[in-house]
Amino acid sequence: MSYFVDEKGYYGAFGGAWIPEMMQANVSELQERYLEIMATEEFRREFDLLMKDYVGRPSPLYEAPRLSAYYGSRIFLKREDLNHTGSHKLNNTIGQVLLAQKLGKTRIIAETGAGQHGLATATVCALKGLPCVVYMGALDVKRQEPNVRKMKMLGAEVIPVTSGNQTLKDATNEAMRDWINHPEDTHYIIGSVVGPHPYPDMVARFQSVISEEMKRQLQEQTGSGFPTRVMACVGGGSNAAGAFYHYLDHPEVELIGVEAAGKGADTPETAATLAVGSPGVLHAAHTILMQNNDGQITEPYSISAGLDYPGIGPLHAHLFKTGRASYLHATDQETLQAALLLTRLEGIIPALESAHALAALPKIPLRTGDITVICLSGRGDKDMQTYLDAYGY
Amino acid sequence: MHNRINELFSRKSHHILSVYFTAGYPRLEDTVPIIELLEQNGVDLVEIGMPFSDPTADGPVIQKSSDSALKNGMSLEVLFHQLENIRERVSIPLLLMGYVNPVLQYGVERFCRQCRQSGIDGIILPDLPPQEYLTHFRPFFEENNLHHIFLITPQSSEARIRELDALGSGFLYMVSSASTTGATKKAEEFSHEYFTRVEKLGLQNPRLIGFGISDKSTFEKACKYAPGAIIGSAFVKALGQPLPLEQTIGKFVKEIKE
Ligand SMILES: Cc1ncc(COP(=O)(O)O)c(C=O)c1O
Repeated sequence: MSYFVDEKGYYGAFGGAWIPEMMQANVSELQERYLEIMATEEFRREFDLLMKDYVGRPSPLYEAPRLSAYYGSRIFLKREDLNHTGSHKLNNTIGQVLLAQKLGKTRIIAETGAGQHGLATATVCALKGLPCVVYMGALDVKRQEPNVRKMKMLGAEVIPVTSGNQTLKDATNEAMRDWINHPEDTHYIIGSVVGPHPYPDMVARFQSVISEEMKRQLQEQTGSGFPTRVMACVGGGSNAAGAFYHYLDHPEVELIGVEAAGKGADTPETAATLAVGSPGVLHAAHTILMQNNDGQITEPYSISAGLDYPGIGPLHAHLFKTGRASYLHATDQETLQAALLLTRLEGIIPALESAHALAALPKIPLRTGDITVICLSGRGDKDMQTYLDAYGY
Repeated sequence: MHNRINELFSRKSHHILSVYFTAGYPRLEDTVPIIELLEQNGVDLVEIGMPFSDPTADGPVIQKSSDSALKNGMSLEVLFHQLENIRERVSIPLLLMGYVNPVLQYGVERFCRQCRQSGIDGIILPDLPPQEYLTHFRPFFEENNLHHIFLITPQSSEARIRELDALGSGFLYMVSSASTTGATKKAEEFSHEYFTRVEKLGLQNPRLIGFGISDKSTFEKACKYAPGAIIGSAFVKALGQPLPLEQTIGKFVKEIKE
């Protein structure tokens, strides 16, 4: 069984490039060149240097003593929240902006949900002096306001999207339309392992630095690079893809993704795609998505803007179908509690997205000798308004 | 096999007027009357839009008409029901245009059989690229005498255009410029270079030019380079007026053809 993309851009039955012809020239150029460019000495050198001196990598692997004591089992946090701009998203935008420059592109666009990907894109555009347009659902513009202000200060144009639910799916639609209208000069930096081939593979490769470091750090700290399990939240699935990547071919390492259940996976207000979805095509990939019987995409719901998406990357659809990874979900309430718990036990305020992964801990039988690594994908600065509404501080 | 699209192109070689509208818009029951009125006013070919929740290749006008149509209750089930007896009323070629996901959920084979039963002549699914078409769709299209219409754009290379020409049938949908539907271009802004480049390729399929064709002058301009052109957003926008359909459609088509 292979968990990596095949030459047609598929993970088993999932993936592909279901793009309108208007995107064909750009997508096929990427398909033909991404591996070759990423393999060049020059690209590697620049990428690695920026990862170290600009992003601040390697991110620490922190054994959380009081959280471990609370659950009676060893828990490690991969601290992507300590990256510059506060999440794992910068790993991908650094890679893609370098690639865009090699392709001769002079304008960058992106979609964003929580604003972390928009922020990471605006940041690399400032770094490279490139104009940047970020599409963001109008609802997300309101609920992730601090990130909107940062993007603007960085010089990006933030365009609120008012179609649909005014969240991540709608922002992605609008970014795709922008690319169709600007095929010559523009590169679209997709923020997760979604979209047409080669994006899911390309983004997973840029994020794979997470498990590459994790393996080395575990080796040093525990004497083995292979933990009992790795857990990560899943919106489109990029931090999870990065955290799983170097363990995919090691079946002894349990892989667990955590989706956003919203008000409950058995209610209409949910974003737990794998719990309620079925196969179909969204944003140019054949994957699992939330839809009605007529094949219309249904609107997701989650307290967390970064997980409020009705699809999932094709890699995860494949890992789910083959059983290589399992997928749990956590509700808004469980997530808010988990966020407060981490804050009080470890002095770390997590992003709402990452708190979903923490919220799944009570759902797993944790044994004393286990080693569990959680990808703490981002920090909670952007979510202070939501925490204020929930807790009064 | 006889197909009304081939028949149209063998009978008429210039100023072919194709019109797109979204099924179920402005009202759910308007689908059939709109097709009939378009034929009565001399339109040569009709593209019936199957609304989708996330039409990424469409601009605001068709996005809004799709949202309204879905709110009105349009679906493939409803559409095929509405089209049941269309061939007793209308004889011009009819195409269905939309996105691939609703077709996948309906079932590709079932969809193609329904199209044949309703007298549909061709399908335009912009997000169904050649590789996926070949693997999952082609046998059902061919069995049911349905043309699969491919799009080409100013960014399509010559090799790509030839590939699509060899694979597609009926006609090639020539996207006028790099854009989603509904761009408001002036006739002077269309690329003479692109239009003549494609014209000179000597393709096996005839071409219709679409996207941004909105009035008489853009239609005439497109007809200089191809046997005809397609009007979509401008017509859908006109349908949004609070006037009887007879009046709106009569006036709209007359202004283009006059
Ligand atoms: C901190 C954080 N974690 C996770 C996600 C979800 O994205 P993905 O599933 O691609 O990692 C986001 C998205 O905005 C995010 O900001």
